[in-house]
Amino acid sequence: MFGNLSDRLVETFKNLRSKGKLSAADIDATLREIRKALLEADVALEVVKNFIAAVRERALGDEVSKALNPAQQVVQIVNEELVQILGGEQKRLTFAKNPPTVIMLAGLQGSGKTTLAGKLAKWLKDQGQTPILVACDLQRPNAVNQLQVLGDSVGVPVFAPEAGNGSGNPVTVAKDAIKHAKQKQFSVVIVDTAGRLGIDEELMAQARDIRKATDPDEVLFVIDSMIGQDAVNVAKAFEDGVGITGVVLTKLDGDARGGAALSVAQVTGKPIVFASTGESLDAFEPFYPDRMASRILDMGDILTLIEQAQKSFDEEQAMEMAQKLAKDNFTLEDFMDQMQQLKKMGSIKNMLAMMPGAGKLRSQLDNIDEKEIDRTEAIIRSMTPKERKDPKILNGSRRLRIAKGSGMTVTDVNSLVNRFEQAAKMMKTMAKGGNPGIPGMPQGLPAFGGAGSQANKNKKAKAKKGGKSGNPAKRAAEAAGLSTQNPTEPGAGSAFGLK
Amino acid sequence: MAGLIFWRKKKEDKAQVSESSVVEPVIEAEVVEAQTVVETETIEPIQEVVETIELPEIVEPLVIEEPILEAIELPKRRFSGGIKSLFSRIKFDLENLNELEDILIQADFGVDAAEQIVAKVKAKAKSTGAKTEAELKQILTELLTEAFTRDDIALKLDSGVQPYVILVVGVNGAGKTTTIGKLANWLVQGGAKVTLGAADTFRAAAVEQLATWAQRSNSEIVKPSTEGQEPGSVAYETVEKAIVSCADIAIIDTAGRLQNKQGLMDELGKIRRVIEKQAAISEVLLVLDATTGQNALTQAKAFAEVAQVTGIVLTKLDGTAKGGIVYAIQEQLNLPIKLVGVGEGIDDFAFFDPQEFATGLVG
Repeated sequence: MFGNLSDRLVETFKNLRSKGKLSAADIDATLREIRKALLEADVALEVVKNFIAAVRERALGDEVSKALNPAQQVVQIVNEELVQILGGEQKRLTFAKNPPTVIMLAGLQGSGKTTLAGKLAKWLKDQGQTPILVACDLQRPNAVNQLQVLGDSVGVPVFAPEAGNGSGNPVTVAKDAIKHAKQKQFSVVIVDTAGRLGIDEELMAQARDIRKATDPDEVLFVIDSMIGQDAVNVAKAFEDGVGITGVVLTKLDGDARGGAALSVAQVTGKPIVFASTGESLDAFEPFYPDRMASRILDMGDILTLIEQAQKSFDEEQAMEMAQKLAKDNFTLEDFMDQMQQLKKMGSIKNMLAMMPGAGKLRSQLDNIDEKEIDRTEAIIRSMTPKERKDPKILNGSRRLRIAKGSGMTVTDVNSLVNRFEQAAKMMKTMAKGGNPGIPGMPQGLPAFGGAGSQANKNKKAKAKKGGKSGNPAKRAAEAAGLSTQNPTEPGAGSAFGLK
Repeated sequence: MAGLIFWRKKKEDKAQVSESSVVEPVIEAEVVEAQTVVETETIEPIQEVVETIELPEIVEPLVIEEPILEAIELPKRRFSGGIKSLFSRIKFDLENLNELEDILIQADFGVDAAEQIVAKVKAKAKSTGAKTEAELKQILTELLTEAFTRDDIALKLDSGVQPYVILVVGVNGAGKTTTIGKLANWLVQGGAKVTLGAADTFRAAAVEQLATWAQRSNSEIVKPSTEGQEPGSVAYETVEKAIVSCADIAIIDTAGRLQNKQGLMDELGKIRRVIEKQAAISEVLLVLDATTGQNALTQAKAFAEVAQVTGIVLTKLDGTAKGGIVYAIQEQLNLPIKLVGVGEGIDDFAFFDPQEFATGLVG
């Protein structure tokens, strides 16, 4: 239906590539796309408005990073702000000084409270706690029953004096449960409550009464990650009506972008403690604000990539490299430098996997042997400085020595030298053609998209030259070598710090 | 309203049908005999075959006779009490027309649909010269009513071949089981005989939850005989039971599944196929939670493809959520909204009425 945000931003910034500085117009164009992306991710409108205003202000005042283009820069600010609202760092459960710790769950119907109660019980039990589940949902048919089944399957006792289905008083049950837990020395009491609407005054009052009766250390507001604009109203209603200490986001294993997380965090100011990610009782994890930010923006982990590019990119080094290329004295040492930069940016596989739109590449990724970079490095390190500067002097005996020194075969050394020569040739062409790219996205994107075909082309040539690449390991090695060559393709050099 | 009526065969007629089904096996047996004879002897069998051909004549009047359909009218219910107006905060006039977009976005219509609706309202206001709040509201109400009005919003229970099978699908926590309970109760009140099938064999105590609803609504229920029984087999047994006990309608509950879980979605296709071995599926209802945001569109798309959804049930409309995403759903996927849920009570349920919905929203 609609492309993801990164695709759209690429589209928006097609014409802005060469600009290094952010203008107000650039920022507004980016923010329009981001606004839409956030709304499509179900972030509440009022939250989006405030958020965009804050980002705009920051983007206008921000120092211009050399490593990033305007789009990236705005996206990065957006990401930082998102992560900040979502809670910065992880929040941990508060445990009572004098057990039992009481955790009360509250939320709308169908948000996943009862299932979560089971998961939470299992998680706490695995951590050495002795939890007990309390069935205070006496409204939904057989909710009590459901909790009992869950309790049985995770081996946690369930306090359920009432059968439910519309009879019994949940406040009394809650009160009795605390007494029971103290008596039997349970360390954590998990109180499951009935689903209720924020506007249902009667039921909200009942939730307050349960809270009063149990004096919980944590009141966790359970919310479905698929919820839409209403998230703000619901969150406000629960914050005002019951008072919450934290949020749990459920059904995150679906494909909803989960903008509600942002709305709820913003409106309540309460941290998101857990993410529930599936129907199995293990599918439960602490909440990671940074992952959620990426998910809401639908950017893959492009932000991580931007950050890494920013860190590992050394402007001066790139200038030097460009000069070298122009002067035609690109050496094996430079070749190695390049590869090390690549390594700094994280493993090739991870890096490609992080890129939006790299899905097609992923199957090819499995063929890349990351160790190959290490092997290549070993070969180059086994050369003398003279050899590195001028590979032409590499005769048979030198090659044999290098092979022995690096634990590789002469064939491997030959293949590397061939690869280097090809790379050097291409770089020269590129340097002459002149393609001053800025590292990172989105320029790098199309280049990577095209990497597959380029790699195949090179592979064919290689196979002819090498002639002995019959074994799979060798072929994989070549493929890996090729991926370091791809930057020689115009436009792609950017990702490798070449300018 | 057409939506309040469905057709079933008269009870006497049902007796006749079961008679004919008793006769049929006898014919088959004779045919089989005849065939075996054909194989062993060569000349004589011709006569016998002729005899068996004559046999159907005796049965014919029973089989061909048009089923006598009896209309069952269901009590009409209103649901608009549950919907909160869009315009609680701002005055709706020409100056604020641009704010309509925000209001629609906040009702989960989605950015694109909101823009589209605002453009339409503006164009209409211009051509008709509408200025006052009442006039603009009138335009919006008409526009929404028109968008939701279609000739297939009634439950399609009119083929005359019983049992009518209704399959209910949706993501976790949308309100499938509750919807079934209410629907069953309503149909039973209207004089229909209903069989429920507890094919959600996955979630803890889902079967018991449906059993409680069966009890409340006076319908019979088919439960899995073992824990975690294959849902397809429960669906099969449900239809079988409905046929044997001459039920008018079989409603089959399924486990909640997120639309991106391919394996679970494939299971729905299988449940469909298994049901269709015995009876045609009259309705596949997708239950959507009105609080769901833009993901509801993705849900509808996936379920429509896999389970061939015939209509939407919009639940939890009694909250503050408006369920605006159904506009995009019926627009893009051509799926009608058929039923709405407005609470946890057994009567908190109604047929979807576009006029009522639009009026409720615009207020």
